[in-house]
Amino acid sequence: MAVATTTAPRGNFRPSMLIYDTRFRSFTIQVIVLILVVAGLSWLVHNLFVNLAAKGKDLSYAFLWNRAGYDIGQHLIPYTNDSTHGRAAIVGLLNTLLVAGFACVFATILGVMVGILRLSKNWLIGRLMTVYIEVFRNVPLLLWIILTYVILSEVMPEPKDFKLTDAMIAAGQAPKASMIFDGSVAITNRGTNIPAILLSRPLGGIDVGFLSLNFSFLASVLVIAASIWANWALLRRARTLQETTGNRPVTWWISLLILFAPIVALLAAMGFHLDYPVFKGFNFQGGINVAHAFTALLIALTVYSATYIAEAVRAGILAISRGQSEAAFALGLRPGRTMKLIILPQALRVIIPPLISQYLNITKNTSLGIAVSYLDLRGTLGGITLNQTGRELECMLLMMLIYLTMSLIISGVMNIFNNAVRLKER
Amino acid sequence: MKKSVFLGTLAASALVAGFASAGTLDDVKARGQLICGVNTGLTGFGAPDASGNYAGFDVAVCQAVAAAVLGDATKVKYVPTTGETRFTALASGEVDMLARNSTWTYSRDTDLKLDFVAVNYYDGQGFMVKKELGVTSAKDLNGATICIQTGTTTELNLADYFKANNMTYTPVTIADDAEGQRQYVAGACDAYTTDASGLAATRATLPDPENHIILPEIISKEPLALVVRHGDNNWGDIVRWTFYSLVTAEEKGITKANVEEMASTSQDPEVRRLLGVEGDLGAMMGLDKDWAKRAISVNGNYGEIFAADLGEATPVKLARGLNELWSKGGLMYSPPFR
Amino acid sequence: MEARFVRQSMLTPQQPPLGEKGAMKWLRENLFSGWLNSILTILGLLAIFFMVKGALPWLLHGVWDANSLGECRKIIAADWGQGQTGACWALIHERWNQFFFGFYPQEIYWRPTMTFFLMFPAITPVLFFGSRANARRVIGAASLVMAAALFGLGAPMAPFLVAVAAGLALFWLAEIAPAWLLWFTALYPGLTFWLLWGGPLWRPVCAMLGFVIMFAVFRLAAARIGATVAMVAGFLAACVWWLFLQTPVIASLASAMPLSLRPVTSDQFGGFLLAIIIGVTAIIGSLPLGIILALGRKSDMPLVKGLCVGFIEFVRGVPLITMLFTASLLLQYFLPPQVQFDLILRVIILVTLFSAAYIAEVIRGGLAALPRGQYEAADALGLDYWQAQRFIIMPQALKISIPGIVSSFIGLFKDTTLVTFVGLMDPLKGITQVVRADINWKGVYWEPYIFVGAIFFLFCFSMSRYSMYLERKLKRDHR
Repeated sequence: MAVATTTAPRGNFRPSMLIYDTRFRSFTIQVIVLILVVAGLSWLVHNLFVNLAAKGKDLSYAFLWNRAGYDIGQHLIPYTNDSTHGRAAIVGLLNTLLVAGFACVFATILGVMVGILRLSKNWLIGRLMTVYIEVFRNVPLLLWIILTYVILSEVMPEPKDFKLTDAMIAAGQAPKASMIFDGSVAITNRGTNIPAILLSRPLGGIDVGFLSLNFSFLASVLVIAASIWANWALLRRARTLQETTGNRPVTWWISLLILFAPIVALLAAMGFHLDYPVFKGFNFQGGINVAHAFTALLIALTVYSATYIAEAVRAGILAISRGQSEAAFALGLRPGRTMKLIILPQALRVIIPPLISQYLNITKNTSLGIAVSYLDLRGTLGGITLNQTGRELECMLLMMLIYLTMSLIISGVMNIFNNAVRLKER
Repeated sequence: MKKSVFLGTLAASALVAGFASAGTLDDVKARGQLICGVNTGLTGFGAPDASGNYAGFDVAVCQAVAAAVLGDATKVKYVPTTGETRFTALASGEVDMLARNSTWTYSRDTDLKLDFVAVNYYDGQGFMVKKELGVTSAKDLNGATICIQTGTTTELNLADYFKANNMTYTPVTIADDAEGQRQYVAGACDAYTTDASGLAATRATLPDPENHIILPEIISKEPLALVVRHGDNNWGDIVRWTFYSLVTAEEKGITKANVEEMASTSQDPEVRRLLGVEGDLGAMMGLDKDWAKRAISVNGNYGEIFAADLGEATPVKLARGLNELWSKGGLMYSPPFR
Repeated sequence: MEARFVRQSMLTPQQPPLGEKGAMKWLRENLFSGWLNSILTILGLLAIFFMVKGALPWLLHGVWDANSLGECRKIIAADWGQGQTGACWALIHERWNQFFFGFYPQEIYWRPTMTFFLMFPAITPVLFFGSRANARRVIGAASLVMAAALFGLGAPMAPFLVAVAAGLALFWLAEIAPAWLLWFTALYPGLTFWLLWGGPLWRPVCAMLGFVIMFAVFRLAAARIGATVAMVAGFLAACVWWLFLQTPVIASLASAMPLSLRPVTSDQFGGFLLAIIIGVTAIIGSLPLGIILALGRKSDMPLVKGLCVGFIEFVRGVPLITMLFTASLLLQYFLPPQVQFDLILRVIILVTLFSAAYIAEVIRGGLAALPRGQYEAADALGLDYWQAQRFIIMPQALKISIPGIVSSFIGLFKDTTLVTFVGLMDPLKGITQVVRADINWKGVYWEPYIFVGAIFFLFCFSMSRYSMYLERKLKRDHR
């Protein structure tokens, strides 16, 4: 065995050592594996070319620069049916990221709440949360997406219910449905109408190939990022001051100022105003119409993934030994503060790894938007574009590559975060 | 040990696996079964019933081809295909032919390497709206919300139509016809657009058909055609002429009931040629003499099939319209059998 | 001094105050222990109230016997008054068989049913290791339900008697020699294949014979040429058998002794039958693959490790839907032009690869949970790599991994519904779409979803309970 090899005579190499000598065997095995893998791959690629030739097709991404010809209801960057297939794919990708981002945030909030409530001493709430978790995680996500979609379009009022005719005013009747949030948001059975953000003095933008750069948006993002960084620096200074002198300077109003003043100033400079949806003709005009495909996918993803996050949170909290909370109570901390200051920070380290995989799952599960025809990456590049151009090989490969890149980026970023909060063992 | 489930299936699949060689006809004969790509479920055109038997207008064509080629209309395997998978299934040899309301377009015919052999239903895209909306023309739909299926030609037509008329609309994309109906009924969209035949079928099954109207504008041509792989011309001929034999049968008054009688008594030379009494047309395609007789005797002629699956007597209640014979003002026109 | 008061007798204990006993105490402690809790309780009660108020009438007005949606509506209007809504369960009543069996021929429903219930005796030796009583209970219950189900489905006499006999025999086997049940487990895949797809019995028998050959060659050669080489030799021998010898042998056996069931083609599979076939086959197929990938990922050979990591991360990075579209659209591009599989098999292969990556991670977790001492002990005993894996590492690592494998299975089982997007008849959307295309049921949407959802819940919930039971048991074992 391994011990014996240290005294093995060197220099007289025999071919049989490639199999029997542990020093060389791993080398042999790797060479064989390499040969097999290369042979297998070249066999597949060979077949690919034979098949393509037989069907008279070629492998080309030129279609990405052709006119798409179809409309996409929800587009974050300017898009019309005259745009290219490539741009349609970008629109789809942004739609995927949009629903994934919102779903991650909402699912985390809901999941943490449910996870804590499930451990609540309140018998009814504990049971309710258990029922919620068990029901939602034991039924396919697809069902929740379809059901949410059905409920949204069946239960919500029709746009015409918002109509207030002269006859109704004369009779003193109110319309059957009314807008919420002070007349700014209307939820109808065909979508949610929310106010749109408009700028009267935008900074303009340029189009770069498939992508377009919107300077107003970029400027806002930059300003917000800078504010957050400045606030973080301020808090760090306060903490060092507290650690050295024992006094913590009052920072909350400076914090608020740093966080909000620059962006408010920027928006004011750009002429920020809201465009409210108004009922006109068939439908609400103005504002932004958020299609139910998006809302249904978002809600279903949120409530489904929240159950998994809740279970992760619960497991994380239960993993903290009782002594911790008992010690906190002995110090006189109230239950709320115990949870916030003692339990959650420690539980976080247990919670984050499953949380990462949940975020990855959410991102991948957005592809189930196919059930409600949400035009995400799969709906555009892997759906209509594929169908109109017949380039299934190119579309599918590109789509898988994009999904893979997204997943790798998410898990990379989250792993950096995980390393940052991990228990530092010295 | 457990992996043998997997490998066992694999081993068995070698038996199920077909071998796509040059001639589809030989494949079908060797297999003893026609594999026909159909819709996953479209009322009137193709859907399985409670016992799993497919029936419908498109399915009837598959059965006719199976009868002509194999002599048995039941020797058909139906492969349900979605909008995304249908052409790939055909191109890869997974199915022998498509009878799945697919529109014949230039790019599909040329770029996708398919052959559209015959139009079995002339359709066009229309709009259905609720009567109470007060809309009488598609030109009034400016600003409307419109339900539309994705992955079809209809969404391209819709975009083109609204652009040409300088109007705007909000698309509500839906996955299938049943979902479209639900959305429309729930009022999630002002108008539902799809092929006029589908609109009629949907309207017929609503609880209150009298409250819905189909707008007069037909904004596109949708020749729904039978499709085969590019390059196998003989197989394309078989599908094409099997279909035309049904059309000619209607023209000549040959029905399911009287096909035998016509074969023995008719003096019309074309009928005699078609039914194999005179000459041997079948041999030119590699079939026997009686191929057309068998095709017609499955579900009858084109008119009978239409009446049974889509016509006024069915819940779908479609009028013949463009699909009437050419001699009666429609577009169904079979080239002569000679 | 005067005597102080000294209590001579005990006070009779007083009743606790009204708020501190019985239901009041329970209510106060569990529901209204503070203002926050009270608000939560009231909110919870309100939520329950509105849910019941919304759904109860609809459920109560359910109609079980009608021929179409229109008829349902009429009956509800007649019974409960105009404008009332109600569930139309008549749809389920008429089409339940499609939700369960797809288009499997109606006369032979007994075959998938028998296959399903025989699965329990086959998996008990693996799942309820060390707990004979539970294994017996599960086998007994499965046999009883099988008999009842077969009777209810109107199975012919012969298969019914065979099924009852098999159930009794297996129960008896679990009683006297539980270890022998493993042989049934080994035979089960072939049996499943034969029962579900039909055809000559000799086909699965010969396919499984390949494994026997592989094992025999391995055993004979291992002593002479070493385990690794013998494994390759065994595999090659089995391949030779499967590819060249099997077909003529099957043909001659079938002509000598034609034992054959009516063949059923894959396209007739649908509903829960399809979901279970895809789920179970994929998870079982992915176990060996997952073990190899997990070992490869822990290997110290950089190339092997790199390949395994690359495969696992790639598969885990893309959604299942893209894998399914690959099965349906792309796979044939990468295979020789004359090779064609049917779609279900292609989907099973891709789903197996997909779940193998997840199983590999589960098993890697199991391997990581083993104390290092186990590896060192194996080395100290002088076992080589494969011996150490077989006798020391894998038995323990797999045992720890079972809860994770079960969760993977639950996830996979739920995800089988996605096969609808490549045109297969899954119970949730595929069959529902077919049913709704029927002119009688056009317009129905709640009932099929609720029905299918309830059945999924039943399956997944019981599996997750089992997984929790196992986790508790493992925790006890490891204490």
